[in-house]
Amino acid sequence: MTLLKADHITKSYAGVHALRDASFELRAGEVHALVGENGAGKSTLIKALTGAVIPDSGEILLDGTRITENSPGISKSLGIAAIYQQPALFPELTVAENIAIGQERDGSVFGMVNWARRKQRAKELLDRIGARISPEQIAAELSMPQQQLVEIARALGANARVLVLDEPTASLSEDDTRNLFRVIRELRASGVGMIYISHRLEELPAIADRVTVLRDGQTIDTHEMADVSSKQLIQLMVGRELSGVFPKREVPRGEVVFELRGFGSREAGIRGIDLTIRAGEIVGIAGLVGAGRTELAKTIFGLVPPDTGVMLLRGKQITIGHPSEAIDLHISYLPEDRRRHGVVLDLPISSNITLASLKHLSGFKGMNFRKEKEIAAEYTRRLGVKTPAIYNAVSTLSGGNQQKVALSRWLVTQPAVLILDEPTQGVDVGSKAEIHELMMELAEQGVAILMISSELPELLGMCDRIAVMNGGTIAKVFDRTDATQDLILSAALGH
Amino acid sequence: MATIGKTYRREISAAAALAALLVIVAIIAPSFFAPGNLRDLIVNNLPTLLIAIGMTLVILVGQIDISVGSQFAVCSVAAGVLAKTGLPMPLVFVAVMLIGGLMGALNGTLIGWMKLPSIIVTLAMLVMWRDALRWITEGAWVQGLPENFQWFGLGQSTGEIVIFMISLLLFAVFAWSLRNLIVGRTVYAVGSDAEAARLAGINSPNVVFWVFIIMGGLVGVSALLNAIRFSAIPGNSGVGLELKAIAAVVVGGAAITGGRGTLIGTLIGVALLGTIGTALTFLGINPFWEKAIQGAIILAALASDVALGRLEKNGRSDLAATTSPA
Repeated sequence: MTLLKADHITKSYAGVHALRDASFELRAGEVHALVGENGAGKSTLIKALTGAVIPDSGEILLDGTRITENSPGISKSLGIAAIYQQPALFPELTVAENIAIGQERDGSVFGMVNWARRKQRAKELLDRIGARISPEQIAAELSMPQQQLVEIARALGANARVLVLDEPTASLSEDDTRNLFRVIRELRASGVGMIYISHRLEELPAIADRVTVLRDGQTIDTHEMADVSSKQLIQLMVGRELSGVFPKREVPRGEVVFELRGFGSREAGIRGIDLTIRAGEIVGIAGLVGAGRTELAKTIFGLVPPDTGVMLLRGKQITIGHPSEAIDLHISYLPEDRRRHGVVLDLPISSNITLASLKHLSGFKGMNFRKEKEIAAEYTRRLGVKTPAIYNAVSTLSGGNQQKVALSRWLVTQPAVLILDEPTQGVDVGSKAEIHELMMELAEQGVAILMISSELPELLGMCDRIAVMNGGTIAKVFDRTDATQDLILSAALGH
Repeated sequence: MATIGKTYRREISAAAALAALLVIVAIIAPSFFAPGNLRDLIVNNLPTLLIAIGMTLVILVGQIDISVGSQFAVCSVAAGVLAKTGLPMPLVFVAVMLIGGLMGALNGTLIGWMKLPSIIVTLAMLVMWRDALRWITEGAWVQGLPENFQWFGLGQSTGEIVIFMISLLLFAVFAWSLRNLIVGRTVYAVGSDAEAARLAGINSPNVVFWVFIIMGGLVGVSALLNAIRFSAIPGNSGVGLELKAIAAVVVGGAAITGGRGTLIGTLIGVALLGTIGTALTFLGINPFWEKAIQGAIILAALASDVALGRLEKNGRSDLAATTSPA
């Protein structure tokens, strides 16, 4: 029996499609796995189902009835609950309160809170899933797995018929995972339909009944779990032609510019990283969200303190305690989140471009605005930033042009080592090609480039070597000639 | 018992500070505890307490309101003007509360529904109401108030009791509702995590909107109860009231970021900051130190909170690391 159905859902953000004509169907009493690469559209699909985003087109049907108006409140009252990767509990409130809040009326008179009843009910729900958590504990004091269990109890309390679990085992130990699976099986037996998102393909046969593969915002295929192997799933997840031409040229590799030996940071969750980059070389970092790729970049750049291993620049050991020290050493980092970290949206293009180099632009007489203007003009021309004036705010530019401004800022610092974190995410095709061409030019000038990317064709097309991260360390390194999408994804999934 | 100590840690330390202050005063200047003096002290601070009740709600929901001092002045003058028209006092009371509520609704609309930052909106209102009032009254006091205005025409001692009872009742109602009504708990939820509240199906903008209306209404009550203590109403009352109220709420243990705090804490905060001024006089210290000492107390309250929070967090993560599989 079909419980919930998403019918031809399309959703785009700022012109970039997150979902394209995606369809999905969930039966009562089944665990339906949803798999796909980073950015395949899983999160957006879940948000559409739970009313957290409104699709541009397409329908969502519950028991065959179309949900015409949707919001998190409406979807919750219809019995659709989601447990996100980051638990959404109220940190200052108690467990009992977290379970009760938002549930209309609470079964009480005059909107009065019945504390005894709340505690009793929380205890019942927690007992039902075998969680030994006191209803009176403050949510902020719970561990991640405990918070997750509280969220499940909350969903049960709301009589959820559809339960979405987004990477529920990502931070769980084996014992906690076993306990969670027991809870999921009990819920399944009682007729709850569950959507189970996970990157851990090996755990799916143990828990899922069916599986749907998402790729590039489209639902590719739905199978009985028993009929597919994880190898087939990987092929379906990747399954993309190596389209697009990359401007890759052979560059003679120079000396080793940058090296990490046994590099790690407890705070960043990375460990034992060995990596070398030569002059003119482009090294790619592949891996799933949470594998530690951005954390590695941040630790190199001095945003998180490392605690083990050494970092060498041209054979000399260096320590970086702050990004300004990295910049002085000509190590640059283009962050992943362009709008929040890459550019200052409200500042003019010119100020954005010179922001990391102000030291060289100001002297005894204050800022040298003539020089700032020259630099800004030079880089906007070189990178082809399309704008009528360099004094316009960056927020007036398109995504691709914003990214070129972000990149310009780091080129002004004359990097010897350039770390690019998802440099072409969410930019248009034209700008993407221009950024790739620029990367090649930089490599030809002898810059050592480290590129983090979730887009396998981009890694395969641009990089000389590809290091695959899993669980906070480098699992495997492939040479350009040996790497394939299947091999990289398998390594990223820990196979 | 251990959880109570932890949950109300901030309230308990504020209460301890108040107790320490009272003990010092009791030893050095026992005349401080003369009934007349205590009575004055309490009545003087009741209007601040009422404002601080509203401010607690505003801060719990993760916002701030610095326009309350100006709203207070508008409500005070309005109370006098309305009373002079011959309107019966109970109706004046209701009318002033409505005027405050309307000013609050304006704040609430801009902040809750239009998502403008509360500090800027209420800063604008602070200036706007104050100067509009100055322009209208031209700085004149409201004088020639009817007989039944001062102390509601009941005489000072009965009037003081009435003021006390109304304040006590409002305090009790809000303290109880905040803890025991579902709407009270949603105030905590919205301030704790607005996005989680949205995902839990709570209408956060609406909660913020109503919290500002309540704030305004309480300003009205506070202004009226303050005005009836005198025979004339100045056009510039309530200057600096917002800072007094915010300070009391913060000293009383509420997190300025929202989601944590209690009205008992606010009561202790008002008592602590209110006592200091008078206590200094009795201790023979120059009262010019009052503001400096109040400032130091606010800083100490915040610093101890951050330090304790850090200590606790570190202890917790170490614990989690050593005992992960339960």
